[in-house]
Amino acid sequence: MTDEQPPLVDKSAAFGRVGRKPQFRRSYFSFPYIIINVIFVVVPLCILLGFAFIGPDDTFSFDNFAYFFSHGENILTMLYSMGVAALTTVICLVVAYPLAMCLASSRINKSALLVLMFILPMWVNSLLRTYALQNLLIDLFGMQRGFGAALIGLVYDFFPFMLLPLYTSLANMDGSLTEAAHDLGAGALSTFFRVRLPLSLPGIMSGVTMVFMPTMSTFSVTEIMGGADTYMVGSMINELINGGDWGGSAAFSFILLILVAGTMALSNLITKGKVETEGLGGVL
Amino acid sequence: MIKDKVRLIGRIFIGLMLALMYLPILILIIFSFSGSSGIGAWSYFDFTFDLYGNLFANEQIMAAFGNTFLIAGISSVLATFIGTIGAVGIYYLHRRVKPFVSALGQITVVNADIVTAVAFMMFFIVCMNYLDGYPALIIAHTVITIPYVVLSVMPSLSRINPNLYEAGRDLGAGPMRTLFTVMLPQLVPGIVSGLVMAFTLSLDDFVITLFNKGSGLETISTLIYSSTKHGIDPTFRALSTIIFVGVLAVLIALNVYSSRRKKKAALN
Repeated sequence: MTDEQPPLVDKSAAFGRVGRKPQFRRSYFSFPYIIINVIFVVVPLCILLGFAFIGPDDTFSFDNFAYFFSHGENILTMLYSMGVAALTTVICLVVAYPLAMCLASSRINKSALLVLMFILPMWVNSLLRTYALQNLLIDLFGMQRGFGAALIGLVYDFFPFMLLPLYTSLANMDGSLTEAAHDLGAGALSTFFRVRLPLSLPGIMSGVTMVFMPTMSTFSVTEIMGGADTYMVGSMINELINGGDWGGSAAFSFILLILVAGTMALSNLITKGKVETEGLGGVL
Repeated sequence: MIKDKVRLIGRIFIGLMLALMYLPILILIIFSFSGSSGIGAWSYFDFTFDLYGNLFANEQIMAAFGNTFLIAGISSVLATFIGTIGAVGIYYLHRRVKPFVSALGQITVVNADIVTAVAFMMFFIVCMNYLDGYPALIIAHTVITIPYVVLSVMPSLSRINPNLYEAGRDLGAGPMRTLFTVMLPQLVPGIVSGLVMAFTLSLDDFVITLFNKGSGLETISTLIYSSTKHGIDPTFRALSTIIFVGVLAVLIALNVYSSRRKKKAALN
């Protein structure tokens, strides 16, 4: 940003300075990246959108969506997936927040290696992690496949994605703020709820978005750990694809896409609103 | 003292969580040295390398292993190349254009994997004449890992001297030559971490691979997925152990290396 062309040069270029070739700007290096993203990200999503709105007789129609909303079990599966994802997210948050606080506290934890140890499993294949957990819970502890095992599987799989943003926001927090609250007479609880928790809200929101959507659309973990008991929207799309129903799978994917956009917008709204009220608090 | 108690409880909590996190992996590693078909039969535990022997003799698993690393290798190199050059370009984009380009790159990052996978599948079938197998997977993995390379190269860009590029150009080098000989060498730490990230993300991928692999080609993820449905072969315990230990060792080594380098830089 410090390196943008000074406006003077831009103007002289616009007036056509004599003897100077048009400059190759460094920003041109972004063109291959932009072109690749448009071809392989934007175009596929447009095709997906197209299939979602094409009916059985190859014309524009809402048939796929009508099918989705007219079948109670589809809506139930969608709601069930949202419920499972919400529960997983809440459990991850409730366990990860105190852990992140412990890891971020210099009195309790002095080594960055410990944090790394918690984040590392994130980089190992999730199918392998689920397979390992299946061995432990079902084979070694004799647990039955079902909702409980699936929930543990989901929490185990997505936990690092909650922990990392929480830890980052808590570790980067200005310690003098909590000290100030303490000096001004706030107790431990009120310091936590009125200073630390609001300040870590961006971390919480980014953790929630990183856990909620992937959990909702997964099907490998729930199928391996839960079996037929935990039938999620991901399994539904997978079955539609295998059955050759493109319109249906495109429509279901489109609904998921809307949900992704919705959660992102909501999360932005919450964190932005927070920043503004904080600013106001500072002025007052 | 209350403070000491809090400290102790905090440490116990950290230790407990760490143990829970690594327990499944540890059990898997222990039982990879036993030939017993199921985990949990401690009385049948016999120390043997049989599973490792079976692993290297099992053509299906070895093929999946090879495919996974081949696709990850090629796609991560491509993603690193495109992502690094892209990061340089994005960094110097006009501030009014920059947010749009950044948002473009974030689409696959925030989108649900399964939506990206379905979109890729339809795209390959409609626009690229039923493309599947290696080329489809290499394209898909490259595209989904590029944003992570960009994210890891960006911080290095803000640390380098912006005048060096101008100096290179003024001394007569073309834009490409300046990019490769003046700028990229200074971005090496970011490029390396981007490459590692792209590689592990490709290894980790399941849904996008499942929907675009076509028939006949399997990776480790898809093979485990299809195997867990009808009683998984204990040989997978040996495979998992090798991958777990390999990935963890590489990542720890990389982190130790980079923190040492930072310390050195701080001393200088």
